[in-house]
This record gives sequence, structure tokens and C-alpha cells, in this order.
Amino acid sequence: MIPPSFDYASPKSLPEAIALLSGGGEGAKVIAGGQSLMPLLKLRLASPSLLVDINRIPGLDGIEERGEYLRIGALTRMADIESSGLIREGYPIIRDAAEVIGDPLVRNLGTMGGNISHGDPNNDMPAVMLALGAEFIATGLAGERSIKAEHFFTDSFTVALGHDEIITEIRVPKHPPISGGCYLKLEQKVADFATAAVAVQVRLGEGWTCEEVGVGLTAVGPTAIKASKAEQWMRGRKTTDINAIQKFGRRAADESSPATDIRGTASYKKEVVRLLVTRAFRKSCERARGGS
Amino acid sequence: MVEPRLLLVHFLREDLGLTGTHVGCDTSNCSACAVLMDGKVVKSCSVLAVQADDRDILTVEGLAKGDQLHPVQKAFLAKHGLQCGFCTPGMLMSAYALLKGNSHPTRQEIRKGISGNICRCTGYEKIVESVEQAARSKDW
Repeated sequence: MIPPSFDYASPKSLPEAIALLSGGGEGAKVIAGGQSLMPLLKLRLASPSLLVDINRIPGLDGIEERGEYLRIGALTRMADIESSGLIREGYPIIRDAAEVIGDPLVRNLGTMGGNISHGDPNNDMPAVMLALGAEFIATGLAGERSIKAEHFFTDSFTVALGHDEIITEIRVPKHPPISGGCYLKLEQKVADFATAAVAVQVRLGEGWTCEEVGVGLTAVGPTAIKASKAEQWMRGRKTTDINAIQKFGRRAADESSPATDIRGTASYKKEVVRLLVTRAFRKSCERARGGS
Repeated sequence: MVEPRLLLVHFLREDLGLTGTHVGCDTSNCSACAVLMDGKVVKSCSVLAVQADDRDILTVEGLAKGDQLHPVQKAFLAKHGLQCGFCTPGMLMSAYALLKGNSHPTRQEIRKGISGNICRCTGYEKIVESVEQAARSKDW
């Protein structure tokens, strides 16, 4: 219940934060919303030597469209994503996920940047970002760089960030019509980790062909998983082909590697993935066509 | 001056003597520790006291005005929204935050609004009724 001792800094600027992270070495850790990190500290599963609190740095939040992409500032709280009209109208898959992250109290503090960079395979936004083909802007001593979501999630609790780097921005490409997406999560109770969850984003072409599809899977592997083989298989097929959708669901499930635990056996979870991918795909197509 | 690792809930309870805010779990799940920070309901067990520096904190002790109970407290009494009372401070703060943002919530919205608060006694029905009753009150 009581965290181990650590030093604490609350920088007021990004360069200051980066300098602190760099100076603090291996033991320095960013704290934003703290809704993943604080539980770990309280159970003493993490022992950082220095917490760099980035909550007082201005300009890191915000949701706005910029040219070809949607910008979500890393410090944007899940509650603000949930209540954003822009996201509800244009990127409902993101709202689907925000709504099922934690509980209302968690969502008041938890941030997009934290959910992306904490590296827990149970975090929901990574799968969404994989399905959307998003990229992340990281800022460190060497300045800014952009990292594609598909290269970012390297291992459990490990992301492709240097010690001195902080995610500052999430960029979601604007999807040309006719596009739709959906996030579905099976959890045993509110704020539980997912038994399994899936993100699907689809773009439809002539005759309702699947021109492009992105699939991200949550909680069924050491990291969020991009089901790229299933995606490749589904491209070009008719979205009205029920058999194809069933096969697509199965192929996506085959790309998952869930662990047997209190939430179910590995084979049960794979079946959940198969089912959720099928449903999410159908719902994404409905949304693309202008349905619910 | 506090240690950085001091949790806000411990600061409130032990340093300030405000024991209305409760510690109900070790795992940031139960929200018995809920308080408002800058108008948003948060788990005070999952916030460091140093993070609350310069911020507005509202605890359950701050709801009543002297011995005049707040409408949400009156509603919980009227509708029997508690049994052992351990989750109640957290429930009151979540209910208060919900009603501040949405003065006429549906039952579904109420259930969602308190979905972070665990109650071992009531089965939640009376709590939902209490929040509905509080919403009907005009003296907010």
C-alpha cells in the first residue's frame, strides 16, 4: 500500500522534463495520470528512483484536426476523449476504447500518452492505434521524431522509446471515405483487464469491397498485436461475404497468443478474439456505410 | 513538507485528520477513497500528496454546510443508500461529481457514473435511487 521511496520532480517545461529523465538514467520514470503506475508503486512492483511528473507542462493536451491527421496531445485525459464531439463523430473507434478504459475516476486522470507508452498488453489504446495506422511523436534530447505504431510496442512493458524521450503527440491519419471502425472489449467487470479486446478499422471500396483493414488485439499476447496476416487476407474481399468474414475472424485469432489465467484458457480467449473480430468488422462496415 | 511517496489519501486522513475519506483496498479498485481534485472525482489512493499541491481538494467533509447536510447526503439517508457506510464517502463524491456534470441523469448514466465505486453491502439499487433522489433536489 505504501510505495517505495523515490525522488520527485514536477518540471514546468518539456526541455526540463527531458533533462531530468536523461539525468536520472534507468531509474527515472515519467508519471502522467498515474492510473497504471500508482497501482504498481503501491504493490512495490516498480521502484523508480525518480518520478518526473509531466502534469504541469502546458501545451501537451488537446484534440484537433490538422491537415491530414487528427492530433491528440499525449496529456489528453481519457474523460476528455470520451466527451469529445470531434472524436465521437469522426473517430468513434477511439471513443469506444476510451469508454471502457478503467472507470470514471481512472478516466479523469489517465492520459492517451500514458495508455500508449506504459506498455501493458492490457492497455486498450495500443490496439486502436495499430488498427488506425497511427504514429507517435516522441521528444527527447535529440529533438522530435515520429514512430509508427506498428514499430512501437516491442515487448511487455517495453516500448521503442529512449530513456530521455517522452511521447508528446499521437497522430491518427484521417481516413478517407468510406471508412468505419470499432473497438469491442470483453471484461468480467468494470475496470478489469480485458479477457480479450479487438480494434478494427475498415475502408470500403466499389461494391463494398474491403479496400483496407486494420486489426489490433488487446490482452492476448505480450504486447498489443497487429493481425497483419488476417488484414492481408481480407483485403480485396467482399465485405458482404459472410464466409470470408468468419474466416477473417479465425485468421485474426490465430495471430494471438493469449495466456491461460483467471479470465479463461488460451483457447477460450482465442475464441473470444475470433468472435469479437467478426462482430467488430461487421460493425465497422455498418459505420462506414453510414449506419449506427 | 511531505515525502513524495505519501499518498493523498494518507495525507488527508493522517496529516489533516480528515478521516471521512476511506481506504478500502490495496489495488486502486474500490474508490472508497474518492475525492474531487480541481472539480474531477479521482482516487486519492492513486494520487501523490505532492501532486495535489496548489489544487482544490473537496472531501466528503466539505459537502455539508455546518450541520446542513448536502442534498446528496440527504438523499442517501432518505433512500437508504448505505448499510455499513464504508463505501459511502466515495459514492457521495462520485454522485456529487456526476450530478455537477449532468443534473438529470438517466438510471443508466447513474450506474455508469458510479461504476468505479464498489459496494459490498447494498447491491447498488438503493444507491442509484439515492442519486435519482438527489437529482430531484433543487438546492444544489
